[in-house]
Amino acid sequence: MHDPGTLTPLVRAQDLAAGYGATRVLTGVSFALLPGRRIGVLGPNGGGKTTLFRVLLGELAPMAGTVEVPVRFGVVPQTERSRLDFPVSALDVALMGSISTLPWWRRPGRGERRAALDALQAVGLRDLARATFGDLSGGQRQRVLVARALVQDAPVILLDEPFTGLDAPSAERLESLLAELTAQGRGVMIATHDVDQARAWDQVLCLNRRQIAFGAPAAVLDREVLEATYGGAIVELPGDHVHGVLPPHHH
Amino acid sequence: MLAVLHTLTDPWADPVGRRALVEVVLLGVTGGALSCWIVFYNLSYSAESLAHALLPGLVIAALTGLPLIAGGAAGLLVAALAVAAAGQVPAIGRDTSVAVVVTTLFGAGVLLALSPSSPPGLGGLLFGDVLGVSNADLALAAGLAVLVLVALGLLHGRLLAVGFDRTSAPSLGVRPVVVDAALLVLLALALLVAVQGLGNLLVVAVLVAPGAAARLVSRRMAPMIGASAAVAVVAGAGGLYLSYYAGTAAGASIAAMLVAAYLAAGVGGGIRRAS
Repeated sequence: MHDPGTLTPLVRAQDLAAGYGATRVLTGVSFALLPGRRIGVLGPNGGGKTTLFRVLLGELAPMAGTVEVPVRFGVVPQTERSRLDFPVSALDVALMGSISTLPWWRRPGRGERRAALDALQAVGLRDLARATFGDLSGGQRQRVLVARALVQDAPVILLDEPFTGLDAPSAERLESLLAELTAQGRGVMIATHDVDQARAWDQVLCLNRRQIAFGAPAAVLDREVLEATYGGAIVELPGDHVHGVLPPHHH
Repeated sequence: MLAVLHTLTDPWADPVGRRALVEVVLLGVTGGALSCWIVFYNLSYSAESLAHALLPGLVIAALTGLPLIAGGAAGLLVAALAVAAAGQVPAIGRDTSVAVVVTTLFGAGVLLALSPSSPPGLGGLLFGDVLGVSNADLALAAGLAVLVLVALGLLHGRLLAVGFDRTSAPSLGVRPVVVDAALLVLLALALLVAVQGLGNLLVVAVLVAPGAAARLVSRRMAPMIGASAAVAVVAGAGGLYLSYYAGTAAGASIAAMLVAAYLAAGVGGGIRRAS
């Protein structure tokens, strides 16, 4: 393992604020993502997770503060956003990751196909390379999109609610895949609703229109932070370490 | 046996028929390839709108003796500007503004074309005159075919990436605005050239129907494009046969064959899925 003190952050934000028009929807964001780390980005809907990702991707200019990002991000969006009736195979989708690595006049060749197949192998989907993307299960689709990020050879991978709708085996499979990615020295940021899942990761970034907290889950995730993040009352449920978070106006 | 052969070759016995065949093959390959992307980018309505809106440009060019392609290009430009301007009017949706502009322009074109003082034959602009194409028209169609196929080949990966998921395309190094614009330019060029053979009302058939049909029988983009081009070429040639033996209008016959191909693909695709 590297000494964290000597590593250059892959992503660094300082006093970042962002919003739409004149309205700031997110303020005071300061964090650093080191190589080989997983950051869970926690917060309610509308808390600023998507806005933060859009700033990192350069789709939205910061209204204040600074942000340093790598040349390339791999993005694993929610697969419901992609067209499931689109005539592409898992291999076609993985190959999309090679566009940014080729000059504009070149089409993917044998080398790119091999890289895409290797990436599908790495996510355990080599056998389904020829399957239609829309026919795959939710977990398999997520893994194809991770493979696409691998083909991009992106140093940082952003995942937007990747565990939503996955059954337990698929979620475990994705979880171990994320561990492999970080073991390769990549940085991973995962937007999620699941606090308990985020406890297993290296750091958490809690957002609720502003940065509530950033740090190791064990140090950061106390009742106060969770209440500020989710703006609701935390209900202790029977059993250890199990919290339920109730939004204040949940009808 | 010989009779069958004659039946097949008779329509191409004279240069008029042969030129028409070459024209429908060129337009079929171009329109067929382009139509797959038109279908998946939801541009069918745009294609129809642009085709209708460029009519006044064509009519004015025909009346003043300018090249039709110049008139069509000017017509397209005016239509695009008018749609953009109408879109600025508050409380009118994009759909409505397009419909208003297109109907106005198309109406103006028809008014000009069918007024008593206009020379006869302008009806050909509406329904096309594929049997009247010149060698220059063929050269133009061939140039268009090469341009569109090369451009689609170069853009293939980007068109796939944007069509698949437009929001995450920028992270792959693809700008959706640029890809959309490139596709629209290709669509406009194809319209300008194809409208001369197939006419203002029927050109949409070759830019939409082959892709719609191929989509029903194919599950990958590359084979779909091949199938679409094949459908367009076969329907084009079939339309010319129909026109020759049944004495029907050539452009309308081609459009009818394209629709028939779509229906056949629907039935065929349904049977394949059911089995």
